[in-house]
Amino acid sequence: MAEKINWKTVFFNPFSKNNPVIVQVLGICSVLAVTAKLEPAIVMGISVIAVLAFSNVIISLIRNTIPTNIRIIVQLVVVAGLVVIVDQLLKAYTYDVSKQLSVFIGLIITNCILMGRLEAFAMANKPWPSFLDGVGNGIGYTIILVIVGFFRELLGSGTLLGYQVIPQWCYDHGYVNNGLMILPPMALIVVGCIIWVHRSINKDLQDE
Amino acid sequence: MENLNLFIRSIFVDNMIFAYFLGMCSFLAVSKNVKTALGLGVAVTFMLCITLPINYLLNTYVLQAGALTWLGPQFADVDLSFLSLIMFIAVIASMTQLVEMTVEKYSPALYSSLGIFLPLIAVNCAILGGSLFMQQRGFDSVFTSFCAGAGWGIGWLLAIVAIAAIRERLQTYSNIPRPLRGIGITFILTALMGIAFMSFLGIKL
Repeated sequence: MAEKINWKTVFFNPFSKNNPVIVQVLGICSVLAVTAKLEPAIVMGISVIAVLAFSNVIISLIRNTIPTNIRIIVQLVVVAGLVVIVDQLLKAYTYDVSKQLSVFIGLIITNCILMGRLEAFAMANKPWPSFLDGVGNGIGYTIILVIVGFFRELLGSGTLLGYQVIPQWCYDHGYVNNGLMILPPMALIVVGCIIWVHRSINKDLQDE
Repeated sequence: MENLNLFIRSIFVDNMIFAYFLGMCSFLAVSKNVKTALGLGVAVTFMLCITLPINYLLNTYVLQAGALTWLGPQFADVDLSFLSLIMFIAVIASMTQLVEMTVEKYSPALYSSLGIFLPLIAVNCAILGGSLFMQQRGFDSVFTSFCAGAGWGIGWLLAIVAIAAIRERLQTYSNIPRPLRGIGITFILTALMGIAFMSFLGIKL
């Protein structure tokens, strides 16, 4: 490749400037479904980082031998294989969390982040930059998951990672958990607010 | 009668977008105007109607625990259900490719209006989600799966057309804070519509 790729930008851009969730708008479904509590959000984030990094490397290694007509099938099969491995590992070691995540681990396959990064980056780049790109985007995705999960668990059930954070005397004086935060639509509104804050800081991302 | 009930429930009560939040990515990306939204909606409905019955057959005769008994009694304790994710996605991806090629050959006009959406559909979580729900709930016939698929598809179509219509109006008639324009306000709108659709919860026909 003639043009030299700057590793730093490849790795750090997805954190904020080119965040997969709030700028590229990929992988929204799982953000909404798994963020009612913080713990599944973190597990989900780690699973996505692993799958994304390794599928990027594999696709990048075989990118020159994939016929363009059937590339979608090839990509999906690689991703599906990795997801099945992650799914079985989670079932073996963290059974409770894997039950909470239910179908959403399976839906990592159709998480648009994966297809988006495979199409946009891994098909055109060498394995090592692809690996960095995968990890970077995975972390960018996890950051949003954790922020949303943090607010929803704190306001919705008054706990963080299962520990009571809001002290008892608040409840005694009439503080009530906001049950609405547990419902999926509130995740959309939290993400909407994150986008609002993010775009007020980064003016160049604003729409006309 | 039960199938009709399931069909209507799938459109309104179990709406893919407002109840399960599946297929959001293309929902948000392709809802800028009503015409393209309609195109994508029709394509998704079509794919759900095809893939759900096929995956039902696959699940019943190949993947379930004991499903291979028809090959001979020695296969009675084979359980391939850990393969279901790979098999479902392979069916969906190959059907997408197949439909793309067929449409391209026999109806170029439809292809040019639908063409760009077809590859998007393979990664639409609503389609894989439909198959996974079918497996989870244990539908009992091909026709039942078809009804559920059609219902989910039409529900998705309704949702994307509705949000596209709202977004078209927003561009001309409302004064939204600049950072919230575009994708930000769409998130909040979808959330409000989702809350509205929650009123259908618990309705029994």
